[in-house]
Amino acid sequence: MSTYKVPTMAEMAGKGESPEVLFWVGCAGSFDDRYKAVTQAFVKILNKVGVSFAVLGPEEACTGDPARRAGNEFLFQMQAVANIQVMNGYNIKKVVTACPHCFNTIKNEYPALGGNYEVIHHSQFLQQLINEGKVALKGGGEFKGKKITFHDSCYLGRANNVYEAPREVIKALDVELVEMKRCKTKGLCCGAGGAQMFKEPEPGRKDINVERTEEALATGASAIAVGCPFCLTMMTDGVKNKEREADVKVYDLAEMIAKDMGI
Amino acid sequence: MSFLPQLIFLIILSAASFFLIKRVKFLRRNIFLGKAETRNDHPEKRWQTMALVAFGQQKMFKRFLPAFLHLMVYVGFVVINLEVLEFVLDGILGTHRLFAPILGSIYTVAMNVFEFLAFAVLLACVIFLIRRNVVKVPRFTMPEMKGWPAMDANIILVIEIVLMIAILKMNAADQILAARGVDHYIPVGTLFFSGLLSPLLENFSSEFLIFVERAAWWFHIVGILAFAIYVTYSKHLHIFLAFPNTWYSNLKPKGEMANMPAVTNEVNMMLGIPTDAPADPPAEIGRFGAKDINDLSWINVMNAYSCTECGRCTSECPANLTGKKLSPRKIMMDVRDRAEEVGKSLDAGGKGLEDGKSLLGDYITKEELNACTSCNACVEACPVNIDPLSIILEMRRYVAMEESGTPAQWNAMFQNMETSFAPWKFSPQDRFNWAEKVKEEEIPD
Repeated sequence: MSTYKVPTMAEMAGKGESPEVLFWVGCAGSFDDRYKAVTQAFVKILNKVGVSFAVLGPEEACTGDPARRAGNEFLFQMQAVANIQVMNGYNIKKVVTACPHCFNTIKNEYPALGGNYEVIHHSQFLQQLINEGKVALKGGGEFKGKKITFHDSCYLGRANNVYEAPREVIKALDVELVEMKRCKTKGLCCGAGGAQMFKEPEPGRKDINVERTEEALATGASAIAVGCPFCLTMMTDGVKNKEREADVKVYDLAEMIAKDMGI
Repeated sequence: MSFLPQLIFLIILSAASFFLIKRVKFLRRNIFLGKAETRNDHPEKRWQTMALVAFGQQKMFKRFLPAFLHLMVYVGFVVINLEVLEFVLDGILGTHRLFAPILGSIYTVAMNVFEFLAFAVLLACVIFLIRRNVVKVPRFTMPEMKGWPAMDANIILVIEIVLMIAILKMNAADQILAARGVDHYIPVGTLFFSGLLSPLLENFSSEFLIFVERAAWWFHIVGILAFAIYVTYSKHLHIFLAFPNTWYSNLKPKGEMANMPAVTNEVNMMLGIPTDAPADPPAEIGRFGAKDINDLSWINVMNAYSCTECGRCTSECPANLTGKKLSPRKIMMDVRDRAEEVGKSLDAGGKGLEDGKSLLGDYITKEELNACTSCNACVEACPVNIDPLSIILEMRRYVAMEESGTPAQWNAMFQNMETSFAPWKFSPQDRFNWAEKVKEEEIPD
């Protein structure tokens, strides 16, 4: 039996190899305790399927997205230009990431600064693997027949028109996908975008994540699926706020697929 | 003597046109207070967007009832304006129903279509008035709608109702007179909707009916000209601006923020990357981000003038829904009101942009800007593709880079990013620690 491998670009370059795809982990995927589990689940899937991938490891830095949304263009561009130098240095062509904010920034905003890559979100990557029959889903796992609702991330949905890939991934698990009243183009934000993740909300009647969680709970779903580290945090906090953490779980798509694969 | 009405008509028409041209010039100048921006790429896609979104009302139909009622008013507006052509020609030439003899039975059909639409517009406007003033649909009663905006909406609806009643009453009197064989009046066949009004008028003398018919005619045509001028002072400008506004839509992915090339040059110089920027700094160093309307693009200002204050943006804004101060509709109204203020000041020989006021602070507060999650719900919701988000983000750039006025927690995030290359305070050496555990696990079969 062999163990899971997590090669870095530096190691691969040292051996004169180059992977098919760079897995951009992102800051939440690297440091946030809850989201590290998602990173690990995704890496396990990549190993199991035999995808040729590598990560930047310690050479990765924040894409700069929250700095740019908070108005600090200098800081954003400092981060972006440094990242682009690293990625171009490794001659990277294709990037996959589990963070819609990283996805949006690298895909749409790095080209203006000299970083041109094919960028896909892990929901799209997983959908491709499932469609190609590369992911052997058992379909009888813990999710079978259960009600699951999907929370659209703004930076995946409205920002980049990715609505179907995450839903296809969920449906592949043989579950009952139930939609919230506000979904797809009308999806309600979790409250964390635009650098809100890094400050307290402005004064108001209610927190946005509570409003969204109430809507998710109203579907009667036993799990809320997300495809974004910030949404994961916000929805998890929302479920706790409503004291429903015992019966309603919040999962990332990669975790659900990995669970079903038994890894 | 018989030329007098024609003369009066010509004078009114010329005066209205003169005034209208003046107003259009004022609005055009105000829009171009915004910065130059070229957005002419993919013309075929732009025409298509305009055809679908403005002409085809595509995004209106996300909410069926108001969309259906609005469609009646919209089609009514476009089609009934064909009849206005006849009105104008009759007014100039001193004729009556100029097209009737030429078109024959087609004229009868056209008149019945016009009357149906006039009735539909009337009904839709009555329902709209009820929605605003009786049902009080929440998005029409929010704080930014108090005062003039609410009044403006009601004035428009009442004018439209009165104009439609004038058309129907005119036709009713006209056809009774035609049936009585009064000179000039031409029978045009059965008119269904105005026919319903005939019993109200039948018992009056022909002299009185001629007065009613003429009064309604003059009221309608003068009313339309006055309304055209009123529109330039009103949120109702969307009836014209929706078309250029959708043509100049942002066709890029909604998540993409525009790059700032001036910053790129500085960053490249700091990092020692060769840049193709000129060695000499530009003579006039522009501001970073937007403090006032002249820092925004002219497309932002046109967006503001195209806004009809329907509030679909605000009703889908997560910040507004949870009681924060931000309302994307208010952002657009503020941009327009500031452009109006500066424009009026300039016309009066005043200080214009140098009046000591600015969009940021005097109209829009930091609290509003800081509440935005950049989720694009407002952009998606707008039936005419207005983009409030780009204004909010440009203003955040000014606050961060020119004022260093971002909230303390964001400043801490900036600091973390500068020192640890992550928004949280973690050591960059620990970035890859997540892999340790998974590398030790065995892959099951």
